[in-house]
This record gives sequence, structure tokens and C-alpha cells, in this order.
Amino acid sequence: MSMQLEQSPTTGDEVITNYTINFGPQHPAAHGVLRMVMELDGEIIERIDPHIGLLHRGTEKLIEHKTYLQALPYFDRLDYCSPLCQEHSYVLAIEKLLNVEVPIRAQYLRVLFAELTRISNHMLNIGAHVMDVGAMTPNLWVFELREDCMNFFERASGARMHSAWFRPGGVHQDVPLKLLTDIGDWVDKRLPELFGDAMSLVIDNRIFKQRNVDIAIVSKEDAIRWGFSGPMIRAAGIPWDLRKSQPYDVYDRLDFEIPVGTNSDCYDRFMVRVEEVKQSARIIKQCLAEMPEGPIASDDRKVSPPKRGEMKQSMEALIHHFKLYTEGFHVPAGEVYVATESPKGEFGVYLVSDGSNKPYRCKIRPTAFSHLQAMDFMSKGHMLPDATAILGAIDVVFGECDR
Amino acid sequence: MAVLHSAPRITSNEGVKDALSAALQSMLVSAHEEHGEILFTVQRDSIEDALRLLRDSHDYQQLMEIAGVDYPGRAERFEVVYMLLSLTKNHRVMVKVATDEATPVPTVTTLWPNAGWLEREVFDMFGVLFAGNTDLRRILTDYGFEGHPFRKDFPLTGYTELRYSEEEKRVVYEPVELAQDLRQFDFMSPWEGADYVLPGDEKAATSPVDEPKTTESPAQTGAGAKTDAKAAEKVSAEGPAKKGSATTDPGAPEPTEDRKSRARRQGKTADTKSATETARTKAAKPKATSPKVAKPKAAKPKAAPPKTAQPKASKPKPAKPRAAKPQAAAPKPVKGDEA
Repeated sequence: MSMQLEQSPTTGDEVITNYTINFGPQHPAAHGVLRMVMELDGEIIERIDPHIGLLHRGTEKLIEHKTYLQALPYFDRLDYCSPLCQEHSYVLAIEKLLNVEVPIRAQYLRVLFAELTRISNHMLNIGAHVMDVGAMTPNLWVFELREDCMNFFERASGARMHSAWFRPGGVHQDVPLKLLTDIGDWVDKRLPELFGDAMSLVIDNRIFKQRNVDIAIVSKEDAIRWGFSGPMIRAAGIPWDLRKSQPYDVYDRLDFEIPVGTNSDCYDRFMVRVEEVKQSARIIKQCLAEMPEGPIASDDRKVSPPKRGEMKQSMEALIHHFKLYTEGFHVPAGEVYVATESPKGEFGVYLVSDGSNKPYRCKIRPTAFSHLQAMDFMSKGHMLPDATAILGAIDVVFGECDR
Repeated sequence: MAVLHSAPRITSNEGVKDALSAALQSMLVSAHEEHGEILFTVQRDSIEDALRLLRDSHDYQQLMEIAGVDYPGRAERFEVVYMLLSLTKNHRVMVKVATDEATPVPTVTTLWPNAGWLEREVFDMFGVLFAGNTDLRRILTDYGFEGHPFRKDFPLTGYTELRYSEEEKRVVYEPVELAQDLRQFDFMSPWEGADYVLPGDEKAATSPVDEPKTTESPAQTGAGAKTDAKAAEKVSAEGPAKKGSATTDPGAPEPTEDRKSRARRQGKTADTKSATETARTKAAKPKATSPKVAKPKAAKPKAAPPKTAQPKASKPKPAKPRAAKPQAAAPKPVKGDEA
């Protein structure tokens, strides 16, 4: 902590110095490694300079040195709270370059698990946001639900967090029927019960409202200018959701609503997420009801590998398998920008292919970059403790922000 | 080409390229549409005007991303790509400019405040300069980092690594030392224009020795005079033995297979049996060796008489009472079946 002698505009007769303090890089409310250099006038925030990059791992450079398939697991490790939604953008980008058709069951499975990921992500964010402003119990309850989601991911892919389950052309493996029925039961019974209980403690809570209502109000114009997306832009009252406006996979067949805020403050951002959880549950139910039987990966053998059993019988299948897992597939030259609605906002992948088996360049558009950049103007004039509420409502994860 | 993929579906691109190309006029360098994406390359100096035009007159309200790409082979090696999104038209376009290490690109922070960090990132990673950006600091790399890591000529491992030094009680920077090389697989087929030398290929061009080595005579093996002399010794004066010329060896035993004079072994003789019995079985059957069995008779008076068994087995056999009875009965049906 350093002191700066400076004339404060708020005082007339006596000089109060502005504080410059370090928030983070290790701070429980920073949701990871974020260092914010804050200039305070008493307890009022004058200026925030977020220093990011403490979790920079050079993912984009690493991806350039891997084949398309080998690069997939890096996407789980970006936003480690919503791994499957990141994979979704990446596989869609590859499929767009390859122009490969994905079987309908695989599309349903992807949407089902993307929505399950959305619930899991919002559970973490809602819990952490609530805890940042002082409530303990709801966090513990919603973490139970997050744990259930993790178990579902594990049963589908074998991994709780870093699933690496989506593939260009479909998904890696089919899911057992029991898993689908269990998800159905969970969505019908456990989720609404436990989530409803947890939210009943928070939504009308006086303290929670005092900490969030009218904090960091962002106008519609500002939300657009600052490149907001996801719950941040919806809380500002703009019904913009890529699942609805630019549908991918089977989102155009599903019936769901886009919650929007009215006041564009931290409380609205929170409530948009609460409502999104309910809409996701609705999508999951529809997916389970409508999902047809059938293949779960493209039958284009130049993209997706053959079944193991087939491989033991057919020479051609064996060759395809070998080529796909050593050399990988070649992607036609070109460049695409594909963005999907991740739980945090627009997660985009700008993929440049030179026709080889490795991406020439893979630029990842993190959701947090634009939101965190607006931290300065959103917090100006608010109190120091409000910074944690604002940060909680942004829903920032540094694996994704720093890449 | 029919669209088969299920990537996000935006409003149709039809006519957009031509309409925007006409609007951009002289600022435009080239426009092309591929994979469902519309790309405009514009003059570097007019990027700000071009984006302002797209934002204000063509409803591309949001700047979602600025990406840098490095093409070391080009005269202007860097591309800066701006991704624009229209919320009202539900459409996306990409706008590109090209630049090199020294020439700055005009900033677009005047149009969108979030361009600030995006430009900082491109500067940090590629070293592209943005004229007019007042806060062009590094953003993702470490404090005091040198170089621009996403350039293609920057090694994947970087140049320095850091560790906590117990002696100096602080973090120290050192040149990278890898215990093992990073695994780099090159899958470019040698028939498809790989321009590198495979390990070992460099030997193919020149012959390693002037005179190729041959071993046609023992002297050429290089094993020494003694071995050469030994190798020169002849085993026999004549050539190899001819087929069928084998003579009977005096010491060899007679072949035993086809001696018809001897009676065939029947097996189960009294003496061989005793030879194979263990001490335990002997104890259990104390009179097994005796030809005549008295005990079974006494125990089971209705057992088959030894007469029936004896004509078959030429030699005295220990008649087991249980086996004897079926033996007496069995042959008849079997014979009948065969007949």
C-alpha cells in the first residue's frame, strides 16, 4: 500500500490524501488471480486499474503446435467452470470450416450438456456472488447441485471437470439411458427443490438487496459500446442471446425464454442468472423428451474415427483410426469466427486454417475481457466493498480471461 | 455449397458484401466471402473511418474482438482483424488491416472504449503499434517481459524461466533449460513438399567410403592370419555326402517298430501294474497283485464269477467285482449293434 499526496475534490477545508491500494492478486473475492490497483478517496473508488494476465499460459500459442483434436482439451481449461460450452465454440468452428454434418442425436446431446454446464456454472457464480456479499448458507446448498452436475459429466465422459467430450462431428461417446433418466429426475425434483430453497433465502433478503440493488448501473448504450454480452447485456434490458438470435445445433427447435433486466444493476445480473437456470432446466427437459436414437458422431471417416468394434474387423477402419489419431484430419484453408452463448457471454473462436492438420492461428474471444475492462467505469463512485459485488456479478474466471 | 454444419446461423450474407464494398469505396482493398464469413481488407490508415462508417451507417454496433495474426512470409507480416457484430441486423463481418513491426495502426478506442484492452493484447502478443491508444501497456505477459510471444518466430518455450531462489530469497529469471525436448510431430509427407532433411538423409548424398567393403574371401574378414589359416583348412578331401549313401552304423540298436516276432505288449500286466502303484494304493488294496480274488466273492456273493472275466484276459487279472458285472453284460448288446 502506498500513499499519494493529492488534492481531494470532496473536501474543502482540509486535505485528505487519496489511497492507492492493491486488491489481490490473491484475494478470495477476486475469483482467481486478479490484481486491481485501486485509487480510493476515503472509501469511495476513484479509479480501478485491473492488472490481468497472472494466469496467462499461452493457450493460443500451444494450440498452434497441436493438431485440431489435440487442441480440444485446452478449451476445458480456459473457463474451468463451464468447460463444455467452450468446447462447443471450438468444435463448431472446425465443423464450419469442414462443413461436416452432425447427427441429430449428437446435437441434442451437446445442447443437453451445454445447458447442464450452464446450470453448473451459474451455481458457482450465484453461490460465490452471494458469499461475496455476506451469505454463507446458499453457497453450500447450490454447491450440492454443482456436485450433481459434475457427477453427470463424469458419467458421460469419465471426467468431472475437464470432460473433453465434444468432438468435431459429434460427441465422443454415447450416454447410457440410465444417465438420461437420472438427469430427468434431477431436473424434475432435486434442482427446483434445492435451488428454490437456496434462492428463497437470497432473492428477497434485505441485506442482499442493499448490497446489490443500484450498484454499477450500466445503460443500454454503454453495454453495447463496451462490448458486453451474455447476462451482462441482458441485465441492461437488451434481449440478446446467441442461442436465440444465432441458433446453433438444435437450439432453434427448443422453446425457451430470454430473461432481461430492467435496472441493469448487480441485482438484475444476479436475477438474470437465476432465471437462466430455470430456462436451462426447461431446455434439458425438452432435450430429454425429443432426443432421437441414432449415431452420435459424423459418419465422415475423414473427420470422426470409426467404432472400436468396426476397427477390429475392417482394414479401412483401422487405417482411418490410425491416421486420425496420429496425423489428425486436415482442415480446408480459410478463416471463421464462431461465437456461442457460453454461460458468461459470447465466447468466440477465430480459427485460421492453412489447410494442414494444425490450426494456423486460434484466437479465443474471452467473455471476461470486455466486462472486466468496464470495471473501472462501473465502480467509479461506489464504495470499496461494492467492488466485490460488481466483480461477483461480472462472473469472471481467469483461466478464460488470461488464456 | 450446401450448408451441412450446425454452427451459429446468422442473417443471410446475400448482397451484404456488395453493399458494404460499395459503401467503403476507396478505403476497401479487397472483399471476399468464404465459409459463410464476409471479410473486408481495408487501407490501414482508413481503418478508423471504415469502422465508424460500419458502426454508424450500417448498424454494426459492437466490436467483439480484435485478433492479430502473424504471416512472417509477407512484407507486411501482421494482420489485425476486427470482428463486428450487429445486434439489430443480427449479422457479423470481419474487417482486416495489414501492418508490419514499425508501422502503427490507427486506434479505434475513439469508437469503442473496449478496443483499449483488445489493442493492448495485440500489441503485447505481436508488437503491433496502435497510434492514438494512450494506454498501450502490456496486458497479459509478465511485468518486464521482453519480446512478443505470439509471433511465429518466438519459440514455444520462450527464452526465460523463473523460479524462487532460496539463496537470494527472491524469484530469479534464468534461460530456459529443458530436461526433455518438447514433442513436435511433423506430419508433412515428404512427397508433399516437406523442405527439411529427415535424420539420416544427409548421409545419402555422399558415399561414406571410397571403396565399398566386400568379404568374398576369408582374408577380407579382417579376423587375422590365424583365423584365415583355420578357415582355409579343408574338412574333407571330397565333396559333401550324396543322398542315400548312408551306411549302417555298427553300434546302432535295431529299430524296434516293426519287429513282428514278438508278441505285442498288452499293458496292464501284473508286474507293470505293481511297478506303477504307489505305496498308498498298495496299502488300500493289499491283495491287488494276487491273481485270485477271494474277498469280493465273500463280500458280494452275487458278483459275476471269475469265469466270465478270465477267458478274456489271458493273464490273471484282479477282477474288480463292480467292473466285472458290466463286462459280462456289455459285450452282447455291443455286438448286436455292430451286426
